[in-house]
Amino acid sequence: MATLHTRTAARFMVGPSVILLFIWMIVPLVMTIYYSLLNYKLDGTDITWAGLSNYYYFFTDPAFFYALKNSLLLVAGSLVITLVGGILLALLLDQPFWGQGIVRLLVIAPFFVMPTVSALVWKNMMMNPVNGLFAWLAKLVGLDAIDWFAHWPLLSITLIVAWQWLPFATLILLTALQSLSEEQKEAAEMDGAPVLSMFFYIILPHLTRAITVVILIETIFLLSVFAEIQVTTQGGEASSNIPYLVFSLARLDNDIGGASAGGIVAVIIANIVAFFLVRMIGKNLEA
Amino acid sequence: MGSITLHKVSKVFGGHTVIPGIDLDILDGEFVVFVGPSGCGKSTLLRLIAGLEDASSGKIVIDGIDATDTPPAQRKLSMVFQSYALYPHMSVAGNIAFPLKMAGESKAVIDKKVAEAAKILNLTDYLERKPRMLSGGQRQRVAIGRAIVRQPKAFLFDEPLSNLDAALRVNMRLEISELHQSLKTTMIYVTHDQVEAMTMADKIVVLNRGNIEQVGSPLDLYHRPANRFVAGFIGSPKMNFVEGAEAGKLNAFAIGVRPEHLASSKTDGTWKGRVNVSEHLGSDTFLYVHVDTIGQMTVRASGEAGFSHGDTVYLTPEPGRIHRFGPDGETVA
Amino acid sequence: MAREISVQKKAGWTVFAWCVGLLIFFPILWTFLTSFKTEGEAVASPPSFLFFQWTTENYFEVQERSDYLKSVWNSIAISFGSTILALIVAVPAAWAMAFAPGKRTKDLLMWMLSTKMMPAVGAFVPIYVILNYFHLLDSLVVLVIMLMLINLPIIVWMLYTYFKEIPGDILEACRMDGATLGKEIIYVLTPMAIPGIASTLLLNIILAWNEAFWTLNLTAASAAPLTAFIAQYSSPEGLFYAKLSAASTLAIAPILVLGWFSQKQLVRGLTFGAVK
Repeated sequence: MATLHTRTAARFMVGPSVILLFIWMIVPLVMTIYYSLLNYKLDGTDITWAGLSNYYYFFTDPAFFYALKNSLLLVAGSLVITLVGGILLALLLDQPFWGQGIVRLLVIAPFFVMPTVSALVWKNMMMNPVNGLFAWLAKLVGLDAIDWFAHWPLLSITLIVAWQWLPFATLILLTALQSLSEEQKEAAEMDGAPVLSMFFYIILPHLTRAITVVILIETIFLLSVFAEIQVTTQGGEASSNIPYLVFSLARLDNDIGGASAGGIVAVIIANIVAFFLVRMIGKNLEA
Repeated sequence: MGSITLHKVSKVFGGHTVIPGIDLDILDGEFVVFVGPSGCGKSTLLRLIAGLEDASSGKIVIDGIDATDTPPAQRKLSMVFQSYALYPHMSVAGNIAFPLKMAGESKAVIDKKVAEAAKILNLTDYLERKPRMLSGGQRQRVAIGRAIVRQPKAFLFDEPLSNLDAALRVNMRLEISELHQSLKTTMIYVTHDQVEAMTMADKIVVLNRGNIEQVGSPLDLYHRPANRFVAGFIGSPKMNFVEGAEAGKLNAFAIGVRPEHLASSKTDGTWKGRVNVSEHLGSDTFLYVHVDTIGQMTVRASGEAGFSHGDTVYLTPEPGRIHRFGPDGETVA
Repeated sequence: MAREISVQKKAGWTVFAWCVGLLIFFPILWTFLTSFKTEGEAVASPPSFLFFQWTTENYFEVQERSDYLKSVWNSIAISFGSTILALIVAVPAAWAMAFAPGKRTKDLLMWMLSTKMMPAVGAFVPIYVILNYFHLLDSLVVLVIMLMLINLPIIVWMLYTYFKEIPGDILEACRMDGATLGKEIIYVLTPMAIPGIASTLLLNIILAWNEAFWTLNLTAASAAPLTAFIAQYSSPEGLFYAKLSAASTLAIAPILVLGWFSQKQLVRGLTFGAVK
């Protein structure tokens, strides 16, 4: 199918995309590494060589550990909520009931809401301890309203982020669930499998691949959560994550060197996850 | 008009030689069938003729002109694909008209030719439908219509009937044969089904691992197979092969007898055995017999034969119908 | 399920499923309802659900803000602009990779996808510094280019998968029918590829519209799209729930509608084919 002149034409056609992405990947990355080795502040002081001192300060700065901890908690919390919720929702949507299409749309919707909107709506209209709906519900049952963002900022943000990503997990798990052949389920029934066994021995193993994909992809994106934090808490020890830390170093402290070091750390963490994800995709591309 | 000659045509994919080197002559108007087991290279050979693959070496001559480097669009051949390859976004009429449109024919000519092809193939009522609204057999006919409308030098068929159910396959087989008789154009037909090969071909080319085992008319191949491979491939059920002492008695490394050339008797015969499984089709009976000192043999008996599992049976091969093979598999005279 | 399920069971599931669905959808619904309340009504306790004075004053107020229309225009420009720009580069690339694959094609595709996995903060600092230096920090054009680069891997990937689904033998049939490469592209390839291109366009417009890192950090008054416009409500003055709701509804409604049509594309585009 591919004759010789097609192949050179093919190279020209792929060229622009490759060049653009290559520049996009390499140039900022190299510059970030370069900056991370400098003492560079945007306030007009001299730029001097810093060697690895930015990294040293970064790793000894308590703010870094809070940010790292929060990053991991945010990712882990969202993963747990979206996976458990996603599996349950996928199982639910797989059942026969009336109006499946509409319920599906209702469940999918949160993913398409822009992060700034969801963060503000949740913070103000749902979680606000005076005017929010949760407060009203709490009073209804005689409890005190929780000041979500004052006492549990990271949890609040995790809830918002999880709400947004639940549809993603649900859709993927539902797709995988529906690829489970009807005949396999029928064979299990003929073998006398009760519902719970069916779930743990047949359905869950079948979903393993999809679950892994959800974990890997969500992790990559969840590590970069930014807008929700920016718009609700503006960082702080309890809810800053690594991206926010980098942002605040660069924009608020004008510390280019430090921020760059942070950026490299974020890249390294993301690369670890990406390594596994790319391997998974690669295996599937062969299929 | 539609003669095709292959001179030492070979094809190598990556490091893998699929076709070492083939010489073949196809005469104008012949119905030639390429047949062989999966992976024997028959589809590859067809695609080389079509121009969809480049030959690694050798020459392909169409009507006396060297077409080895000609792109498929200019070879004036038509191909019917196994999956029919209909254009899903065009109607039946659009599909059939497409080659004419590519050739730059005027609308009037196109409409006329499409109508003619539709009439021959019983598609006139379906001209406005899209392929997804057609049955398998109808789609097949559209694919054939698209092929005949250009009046090509030769038709190439790549296992066109594989995707049809058994009954439909028999009907389409007849239709294609009738088409050949009316159009008289060269047809090259690839199949793994030896029944299709035997019933449709003027000339059969038996391929095995990229090599031609034998070329001949169906009855030629049936009565005078050149080697054990052809003998075992042509004819259903498969020919029985016997090695060892029994073959030695007839001065051969191995002998072969077709199931239809074994007479069966309850009382006496050359070989004694016990019936394992008997299949009653009504018109015929197939017996799977375990013969003493030889092993499993298949026998075709008449529909009235009353053998069943466990019965003793005596088999006698028809004299003159025993094929003798040497140790290299070649037929010995 | 092949067998009939009892009506009671189906009804039971229906009630349960609708409850769950509405629960998940509730914040969006609440926003929509609140956008039609007065500010006083919006913070009233107990909150009213359907029976209040419906008013459209918030929508007018939001639209009267001088920066609202600009934000809308910016969102449209950024999402459509970046996606179309990306398509121009991506369609030939995906075409080549799908129909004339080489030994390296798969690796190339993997590498492209991996660029998507790089965290934004890894590139943020130098980009910020450079744009700052050249006074390009509030530029629509820059943003269009940035988002094009970010979504390019997904766009190439999605187009590749759609192109690969076009059966090769239809293109071969086309060649046997006498079509030159140009005619093959015009009469067969493009019509068969258009649904896939449309789907890719759709999903990526959505992703670009909702992007909230670069659009928040590289824009100010003139290039800010709706994501940044809404972000302003994070430090409001006085009562603002109803206005926030109106602004939010306006910002998310078009995307919600588009999103509902692109569920399948979502799975295809964002799982990079790891789930079939």
